[in-house]
Order: sequence, then C-alpha cells, then structure tokens
Amino acid sequence: MIEIRDISKSFGNTHVLKNISTFFERGKTNLIIGQSGSGKTVLLKSIIGLHKIDEGEIFYDDKEFSKMQDKDKKEIRKELGMVFQGGALFDSSTVQENVMFPLDMFTEMSYNEKLERVNFCLNKVNLENANNLYPAEISGGMQKRVAIARAISLNPKYLFCDEPNSGLDPITAIVIDNLIRELTLEFNMTTVINTHDMNSVMEIGDKITFIHEGQKWWEGNKSEILKTENHELNSFVFASELMRNFKT
Amino acid sequence: MKIIFHTGRYFLLLAKVFSRPEKGKIYFKLILREIENLGINSLGIVIIISVFMGAVITLQTAYNLENPLIPSYLIGLTARDSMILEFSSTIVGLILAGKVGSNIASEIGTMRITEQIDALEIMGVNSASYLVLPKIIAAVFINPFLTIISIFVGIFGGYIAALTTGAVAPSAYIYGLHYVFIPFYITYSLIKVVFFAFIITSVPAYHGYYSSGGALEVGRSSTMAVVYSSILILLFNVILTQLLLT
Ligand SMILES: Nc1ncnc2c1ncn2[C@@H]1O[C@H](COP(=O)(O)OP(=O)(O)OP(=O)(O)O)[C@@H](O)[C@H]1O
Ligand SMILES: [Mg+2]
Repeated sequence: MIEIRDISKSFGNTHVLKNISTFFERGKTNLIIGQSGSGKTVLLKSIIGLHKIDEGEIFYDDKEFSKMQDKDKKEIRKELGMVFQGGALFDSSTVQENVMFPLDMFTEMSYNEKLERVNFCLNKVNLENANNLYPAEISGGMQKRVAIARAISLNPKYLFCDEPNSGLDPITAIVIDNLIRELTLEFNMTTVINTHDMNSVMEIGDKITFIHEGQKWWEGNKSEILKTENHELNSFVFASELMRNFKT
Repeated sequence: MKIIFHTGRYFLLLAKVFSRPEKGKIYFKLILREIENLGINSLGIVIIISVFMGAVITLQTAYNLENPLIPSYLIGLTARDSMILEFSSTIVGLILAGKVGSNIASEIGTMRITEQIDALEIMGVNSASYLVLPKIIAAVFINPFLTIISIFVGIFGGYIAALTTGAVAPSAYIYGLHYVFIPFYITYSLIKVVFFAFIITSVPAYHGYYSSGGALEVGRSSTMAVVYSSILILLFNVILTQLLLT
C-alpha cells in the first residue's frame, strides 16, 4: 500500500498540487483521473520522488519515503516500476536490451537466466519476435507494451503508469488496460495509473481519485462515479455524448 | 550571476558523475562503446584535416622563407613543431568539440526530454554517472592517441607537399624533422589534450543533461555546448601554455 498525506508541490509561483491525501491499495488498480494540466503527472512523479515535494509525507508500506536518504530511496526504487507517458524506452537499445536493462544493473543472473526473464515479460505483454527491433522500428502501442515489460522485469511491488493507453486505438487501449489489471492481480502489486480515458475508468477503476486544479476533488469506485453529484467530476465524466447516453 | 549558477551546477553534476558507479562490468562495456563512438569514429576526420594542415603549413612556411640566409630545413622543423604544439592538440580539440560535443549534448539532451533520464533515475541508477562517466574516461584515454596519429599524419602531409610541389627538398624537410627535437613538447601537447578531452565531453554532457522543453531546446543546448567547450579550450590553451612552457 502507498499512502500520501497532505502533499503540496509548486513550481515557482504556480501551485500545482495542493494538500492531496489519499492511499492506494495492494492488488488493486488505482486510477488518478483529471483534465489535462490538472497535475496528474506531477503527482505521480512526486510520489516516486522525481519531483521533490514542498510539504507532506509519502509512505510505501509504512516506510516514510519522503524522509529517506538517497541510499534508502534507491532500495525502494528497485521495487518500483514506472511506465512513462512517452514510454521513455532507451532508443539506442533494442527491445530485448531495454527489458534486460534493470536485470543487468541490479541482478547477478546469468545471461540465459536474464534472457528467460526478458522473454517471460515480453510474453506477458504479448510481444514476441520483437526482441531485436529498436524502439523507432515498432509502433506506439508496442512501445507502451515494451515499457510495461521493462517496468515489471524486476517483479516490482509497486507499478506506476502515466497514461499507458493515450494515443492508442480503442482495442489496443483496452488490451493494455486489461494487461495492467491482470499483472496487478497476478503479482499482487500496488498499481497507480494516470488516465483521462473514461473507458479505462469503467474498465479497470478499482479506486478512482479525481484531481481538479491540483486538488483531490473526489474519490470512489467505478459504480459510484456514475452517480456522483459533484459538478466538476460530472462535467469530466459526462463530457462525451456516449457517456451522457450511458447515464440516462 | 548566470555564470556562477552554471559553474556551480556543472561541478555538482561532476560530483554526481564521479560518485561510485553501480556495476564495474557494465561501465567497462560502456567505456569500450564510447571509445569506438568518440575515438575510432573521429579518426577519419582527424586524419583528413591533419594531412591537409601539415601540407599547408609546409607550403606556407616555404613560400614565406625565401630569404637564402635561412636554411630550408627550418621548414621541416616548423611543420613538426606547429603540429606538435598547437595543431594536433588545440585545433583537433576544437574540431572534436564540434563533432563530439554536439553529438554528446544532443544524445543526452534527447534522453532528458524523452524522460529516459527519469527512467534511469527511477530504476535507482545514477544517471549522471551512467551516461557521462564512460564518455569522459573514453575521451581522456583515446584522444591522446588521436593526437599522436594527427602529429604523424600531419608531418607526413608536409612531406607529401614537399615531394609533389618541390617547395622544399624532401631531404631538407626530413633533416628539419630531426633538428633540435624537444621531447617535452610532446608531453606538453598530451597534457593539453587530456584537459581538452575532459572539456569536450563534460561540458556538452552538462548542457545536454540540463536540457528542458523540446527538440528546439536540445538543438540550442547542443549549439551552446560547442560554443562553450570551444571557448574553454582556447582559455585552457593559454593557461596551460603559460604554466607548462615558461
Ligand atoms: N517541471 C515543471 N515546471 C513548471 N511547471 C510544471 C512542470 N511540470 C508540470 N508543470 C505544470 O504543472 C501543471 C500540471 O501538469 P501535469 O503534467 O501534471 O498535467 P497532467 O494532469 O499530467 O496533464 P496531461 O493529462 O496533459 O498529461 C501544468 O500547469 C504544468 O504547466
Ligand atoms: Mg500527464
């Protein structure tokens, strides 16, 4: 479980996150939703320590991350996988090298053991026969899947995904959503996903935290979200014709 | 004010670069790759410009020394010492600042804006050390060899010029090459090269590492990287010459 308490983050005079508190449970897909620019990416990067928070506390299973020394943070980071909004694959390395990278850095496995693990992870994301291609040679959806494979290669306890299905067609988007959900259940991870895709919310939203202008505006699950009276959340959820039809 | 900020941040980055690397074996591989990238791949350009510079120095000295009182073997000596003292260290350094520097700044800059550096950090890898240290070590190791090759090729270029144009008799040129040779000049040249190698890898790495924004900014930091490393090379050339040759 990950818990955050009253975290705030500013860049100069722009207050991006304002006193956000919430928790993300193990074995569940926790979604953070909100409009573009509401602060989702900043929140995710603050939780994993890429942004230094101004105030507040962050706990990884009762260990206070926000107060740790760099050395201890590194230990937590080895148990953490992150899928960046743009994939962030190493573009001078092949698919196989990308997924193997964390194993090279942090394990003493033999090459064959590593290769076996890489193929296992690539198999999990339904990517076979792509081992020797470079990121530039595969499609956006495949890149996202490689990024997921890399994120799970060290068997992380915590998985973070920043808009894992943005820019993908609806079918691939759902495939990726379900993939993340299955991995979460199978490996009992604490998973946190940023999204502004209502399809994902309805598909895999075990717990949903709605961020509006840097504040936590609402939280609940996917059945509650359709009945909410919250004005801002309503306009977010029912922005599309389709969802409006769904309500009535 | 800004220069203090950049200098401070540059040294903080260096401190991160030189903190203990995670895994020696991986660094060894990376260093070998960079030796190929930064060194072997620069060999062609170094050879081409050295041949031509050696030739042109020889011809110009020959045409400017038409006084019969000055012995013509001084042409060979001039070509030799120009290559050793300035050309093969400083000018080659400036050219590599353009080639290698822009390459490093844009590579690391692109990794920054596409979040690859964040990805490294989040895995618990010291990104500064992982990305920059192999480049510095590789250049500091391989650039002295490039310089020595440049010296030989340049002197050879002068010989070819002597042979083909007759501006100076080849035998006089060769005699000049042996005339009052000061071995310390080579040491001086190699010391300079080591400093320049450090500059043309670490300064562009700094500019790339702190890029932000998009492709345009990466282009800009790559230009700044070349400008600043060139200025620093010229500055250190003066400082080191003053320290070493007086
Ligand atoms: N490094 C930064 N420096 C300054 N401001 C920043 C920085 N990163 C983000 N911001 C600002 O913080 C706000 C929230 O940005 P963020 O990237 O978190 O939005 P988001 O919710 O992830 O949007 P999207 O759905 O488009 O990805 C924006 O107004 C942005 O300008
Ligand atoms: Mg975002």
